[in-house]
Amino acid sequence: MSGLLSVRDLKVAYRTDEGDVVALRGVDLDVRRGEVLGVAGESGCGKSTLASTVLRLHPATARVSGSVLVDGADVLTMRWGDLRALRWAGASIVFQGALHSLNSVRRIGTQIAEPIRLHEPEVGRAELDRRVGELLEQVGLPASRRTAYPHQLSGGQRQRVMIAMALACRPSLVIADEPTTALDVMVQAQVLSLLSGLVRELGVGMVLISHDLAVLRQVCDRIAVMYAGRVVEEGPAQEVFGAALHPYAAALSSAFPRIGDPASRYAPAGLAGDPPDLRLALEGCSFAPRCPRAVDRCTAVDPPLEEHAPDRAAACIRVGEP
Amino acid sequence: MTLVAGADLVQEGAAPRRPRGGGFGRYALGKVLGSLGSLVFLLVVNFFLFRVLPGDPARTLGRGRFTTEEQLEAFNRNYGLDQPLGEQFLTYLRNTLSGDLGVSLRYRVPVSDLIVDRLGPTLLLVGTSTLLAALIGIWLGIRGAWRRGGAFDRFSTSASLTLYSMPEWWLGLLLIAVLAVGIGPLPGLFPTGGLHSVDADPWSVAGVLDTARHLALPVLTLTLAYLADYALVMRSSLLDEMGEDYLTTARAKGLRDVAVRNRHAVPNALLPTTTVVALNFGFVVAGAITVETVFSIPGLGLLATEALSVPDYWVLQGTFLVASAAVILANLAANLVYGLLDPRVRA
Repeated sequence: MSGLLSVRDLKVAYRTDEGDVVALRGVDLDVRRGEVLGVAGESGCGKSTLASTVLRLHPATARVSGSVLVDGADVLTMRWGDLRALRWAGASIVFQGALHSLNSVRRIGTQIAEPIRLHEPEVGRAELDRRVGELLEQVGLPASRRTAYPHQLSGGQRQRVMIAMALACRPSLVIADEPTTALDVMVQAQVLSLLSGLVRELGVGMVLISHDLAVLRQVCDRIAVMYAGRVVEEGPAQEVFGAALHPYAAALSSAFPRIGDPASRYAPAGLAGDPPDLRLALEGCSFAPRCPRAVDRCTAVDPPLEEHAPDRAAACIRVGEP
Repeated sequence: MTLVAGADLVQEGAAPRRPRGGGFGRYALGKVLGSLGSLVFLLVVNFFLFRVLPGDPARTLGRGRFTTEEQLEAFNRNYGLDQPLGEQFLTYLRNTLSGDLGVSLRYRVPVSDLIVDRLGPTLLLVGTSTLLAALIGIWLGIRGAWRRGGAFDRFSTSASLTLYSMPEWWLGLLLIAVLAVGIGPLPGLFPTGGLHSVDADPWSVAGVLDTARHLALPVLTLTLAYLADYALVMRSSLLDEMGEDYLTTARAKGLRDVAVRNRHAVPNALLPTTTVVALNFGFVVAGAITVETVFSIPGLGLLATEALSVPDYWVLQGTFLVASAAVILANLAANLVYGLLDPRVRA
């Protein structure tokens, strides 16, 4: 297993009229080939910024520093031509709202074929048709649906089209940014198992972004929990979910009760307060104001993400303390 | 291949809604029927509008020349005005449907002949201008919106607004003063008016060039005047599209900026603009009254103004009918084109 995606000290700030909003404050992440990494966190913690920065899709007004290596090449500094070649062929994205992420005046077959025609211009018409049909069948839609327009499909079907499109050029990395959030629960489960099944089968590495820890636990090998623009805990999915080191990760996982676990039904769920205002400079641990375990020292230093056990990292100075 | 979620997955995919093969046919039929309804309504309104206008045709047209009651009665009998209104309406319907729009009081020739004669110059002038304005305006709108706030955008938007606020006839007079009459050392380059020179044969090569030279200024005037409409509509509808997620998808696919714009953003943004373009083509037949007057182009607009001053009721009635019918047909065309461009309206 070699490094597929490697994010180092990624910082992103958006310039606004009211000053800079810091969306990412130094993120480190690694995804190995064929591995599924879950990124969890509440709204506004920088998950989506992370997703768009991986393919340099952030708005021109954003200030970005650090590095994002995909297959060893830095996305943030590579030439436009190289970047366009990497986009979709090397790494693709499944966006959140498929109704808006698909072009409503083009047939879905054309939209799925578009990246293939762009990145593999040598592919002939017949071969292209065959591949589009295959991709549709792979996501459980009949190949004849290629002539449909997005509005003729249900939300779940549209998200399947997005998945088929993301796999069109056989990328080695797929970023899924809240791929099931806009769907109802039954369809969510279907789409999710489809996505993770295909990813496993094709050996594609995936970053699955969601606010829903239960979703991530089902699908991911490892989970990174983000808070206020930083990764606060990272490790194998079951361990992060079952025995979180960071108090925020613990609060997040207790917000999703486990079926059949009576303890979780009575455990205090939820977290008072709001995430910090990202327009202001933060001192000390960003979670300290809401943290049930906070002590005076917490407001003094911003704890780095440190390894506390093999493959388990957390950014909290009180890990291991009683 | 094996699917993870098994049976329920296939079921959702296997029971798709019926593809709508006849979608466009049904949509088009509905629009055609709607337009026919509008045309019938137009026929009725066009008749009664000219019957409720104040004034008595015989007296107005006589201008004191018809002194006796006998002469007035003879006039009314001649034009069927002594018949009951219902009778007149039926005659009007019969005549109109058979292409007879009455006889001009002033020229003593059938109104339909007059309209056909005047249609050519109007189509040439207003049609060319509308087409040019639409093409240039849409191009300006696209370029401006894509680099919003840039030098090109600021210049084209303020130029569009300036032209938009300028009366056409005034712009026409300015152009005549500068380019036709000539100012200071600048000689007059173009004729001040008319469709062609008196001695030119309009069907020879020289005649065509002569007509083009005569039309240069009026076409320029109208193009500049119409331009802003398209530029501003296109600009704002493209700006509406620019924040949309499907453009991010297109960028993520690795498309070049130009391809993102031309293949994805512009087709969506063209939808509102199509309506404006098609409707304005409907107004082509109404002519451009002020510009035709300023440049003495013998078109339908000029015909209507002349008829108004007589007043030549049958010519007015005829030009109204033709102009309104053109707008209805253009509206129909707009709807049909819209149906082709946007799959959503067909559903």
